Amino acid sequence: MKQTEIIMGMPVTLEIVGYEDSDAAIRDTFDYFKSVDKRYSTYKPDSEISRINNGLPREEWSDEMRTVLDLCERTKHETDGYFDIRHNDKLDPSGLVKGWAIEQAAEHLRKRGVKNFYLEAGGDIQTNGKNADGEAWKVGIRNPFDIHEIIKVITTSGEGIATSGTYIRGQHIYDPHVPNLPIESIKSLTVIGPNIYEADRFATAAFAMSEDGIGFIDALDGFEGYMIDDNKTATFTRGFERYVA
Amino acid sequence: MSNTGMFAKKTLLAVGVVITFVVYSFALRNQGHSPIIAPASLKNNPSSGSTGSNTATTGSTNNSSSGSSNMGMMSSTKYKDGSYTGSVANAYYGNVQVQVSVSGGKITNVQFLQYPNDNPNSQYINSQATPYLKQEALQAQSAQVNGVTGATLTSQAFVQSLSSALSQAQA
Repeated sequence: MKQTEIIMGMPVTLEIVGYEDSDAAIRDTFDYFKSVDKRYSTYKPDSEISRINNGLPREEWSDEMRTVLDLCERTKHETDGYFDIRHNDKLDPSGLVKGWAIEQAAEHLRKRGVKNFYLEAGGDIQTNGKNADGEAWKVGIRNPFDIHEIIKVITTSGEGIATSGTYIRGQHIYDPHVPNLPIESIKSLTVIGPNIYEADRFATAAFAMSEDGIGFIDALDGFEGYMIDDNKTATFTRGFERYVA
Repeated sequence: MSNTGMFAKKTLLAVGVVITFVVYSFALRNQGHSPIIAPASLKNNPSSGSTGSNTATTGSTNNSSSGSSNMGMMSSTKYKDGSYTGSVANAYYGNVQVQVSVSGGKITNVQFLQYPNDNPNSQYINSQATPYLKQEALQAQSAQVNGVTGATLTSQAFVQSLSSALSQAQA
């Protein structure tokens, strides 16, 4: 069974194979994403993060919020303070929350015994087990030059797949080391990682490194990548081909 | 693992990762996120039912508790089966148009008919950074897939086109 809902302004799709109560599993998953939106949206005055920014005492923070803010804090330490969710004295963990939420939802599904699923939020994907044909899940990489086209098919069963790019929002991600130069030489970067949380983080980061991002992914253990540049040429990591269908 | 140079490089890159998060957070704030929370087209859409977080309940109330997710509400409405094409909406760099498929009263697919394709003037800066990696020309694939990965689909134009498609699908 496959279903899509629009949550946080993006399509969230869940397909479940070979599980009896897939209706309930799908409903609970969508509810979970709505709860994440409700808790972490800095645009909702009644969200927990907004209330924290308005002085909600620490004792009243939810366990989940503590976990997420701990992850942010840990990352800050690991990076000499460069990762900082505090801006203008307000907290905004949104840079970490999306991939984390997909991974959490996937974990909930596994825990309730769902073995085969495809979970996607806005083009970022976590798969598990097999598809309806009993094969590994097949994921296409969208052609950033032609939306009707898929230019690569990769097979996964448990990895996370995320793509960073500028083409849908028309937004630019900047290289923090050269902040005045928008990244225009690469169009998209797809990263396959051990789970969607890691894949998403590193896809975003590596995209900001422009042409060097694919080398960065290549150097990471457990990650593969496929970069598409403005010449309509793809550059891929040395282990990428084992995922190609 | 083999040498310290590698480690130093990884450390440097990790720093880059983090800076990116910060930049990305800002990008989220400035681009996709804020217009999505309360898109005017949705607020004014009389057929889009109740408010956010109540899900599978029949929810046809019209009181809008401010700040809750309009989008969540929209998708819990019952739709007529079929395929609906949304209006063409102007995104920053081009047009967006979506087509929504409904089956069994539920959304089963959201497809793009038009999609912005930005940066016509940008130039490829040749980099010598990764000579050991393989390259290939893009080539369309015809294989059946279970899903597609691509850059984030969030945008105000997307929501507008989607909203118009779904209003046609109202049961």
